[in-house]
Amino acid sequence: MKNVKVYSTPTCSHCVRLKQFLADSDIEFENIDVSQDQAAAQELVAKSGQMGVPMLDIEGEIIVGFDKDKIVAILGL
Amino acid sequence: MNKTYDLIIVGAGPTGITASIYAARKGMDSLVLTGDIGGQTAWSGDIENYIGYQFITGTELTAKFEEHMKKYGIEVRENEEITEIRKNDDILISTGKEEYQAKTVIIASGKRSRLLDVPGEDEFRSKGVAYCATCDGPLFAGKDVAIVGGGNSALEAALQMAKIVNQLYVVNNTSELGGDAVVRDKVEAFSNVTVLNNSSVTAISGEAFVERIEVETSGEKKDIAVQGVFVEIGLIPNSEFKSDLKKNAWGEIEVNFRNETNIPGIFAAGDVTNVPEKQIIIAAGEGAKAALGAFRYLAKRK
Repeated sequence: MKNVKVYSTPTCSHCVRLKQFLADSDIEFENIDVSQDQAAAQELVAKSGQMGVPMLDIEGEIIVGFDKDKIVAILGL
Repeated sequence: MNKTYDLIIVGAGPTGITASIYAARKGMDSLVLTGDIGGQTAWSGDIENYIGYQFITGTELTAKFEEHMKKYGIEVRENEEITEIRKNDDILISTGKEEYQAKTVIIASGKRSRLLDVPGEDEFRSKGVAYCATCDGPLFAGKDVAIVGGGNSALEAALQMAKIVNQLYVVNNTSELGGDAVVRDKVEAFSNVTVLNNSSVTAISGEAFVERIEVETSGEKKDIAVQGVFVEIGLIPNSEFKSDLKKNAWGEIEVNFRNETNIPGIFAAGDVTNVPEKQIIIAAGEGAKAALGAFRYLAKRK
């Protein structure tokens, strides 16, 4: 199983929907709440070159936003 | 060509979702085509006027809406933006990806943020330029940020941001802030908030990320160093797709009190229409009305 990290804020609907989609697809992931962790917020910016959530890091492959088609393709769902 | 649905609903905010549930309960074979789920509700902060919930966040209410829709097993296609609607015998809808066909249509495509339309806005989108303080606000903790706008949505964004940023500028193009007095007073009480009246942002610039904005105040221009710009200058209807639908001066689709447009079989509801008052509960109610209207139209046609 691939290592999946979700950078999110609790007040962002697309983050909540993304995490729900992963859970429904039986994908284990680490949720990183960037509103509580400034270092993680900087990490998000460094990794994705932008300042928006959600951001998904699947073993170095970066997906910005809740892009279901891309997630399905990368995880082979 | 695909199959012919009884009903295609365009949009899945409170209007489209409510319409889809009413249609499902009437046994209509329907499809929802939408860019996202929740629409403006998804990026609303705290909601205290949707009946049944004394307090709920936009995120939670969106999840409730989606859960309710899922219960009915409604067919939903996301990431679909419609480009054209036309009526022959049935109604044809084109998206960038596919053609769809239905006997009736409900347009519930809602509204989206109005853009500033200044140099740098597009280039720095998600690189300091943002349109949803609720979602992306926390990424700007400790930074200097400008909010553009002076109405309720700008003030709500200011309230959320003032608590976490270093310096907050509110760039308002009228002589004083609008919005509700309660919210205005709260914003002005923050010591790190500077309100710039009679001002507009004329350019956004930086290297990889936003570093400054150019602000024009009563004809005079100056640069202000900020790392974030939140644009809250109102909304425009998602009605630009090609069609013969009648619209008002603001681009809203004109409907009568039965949610009928000028084209028989095509209904419209919620914020994309000329209905007075844009509220989640009104949008939902309009969605229900439109679905029942479409059901009645179909019953008569059979």
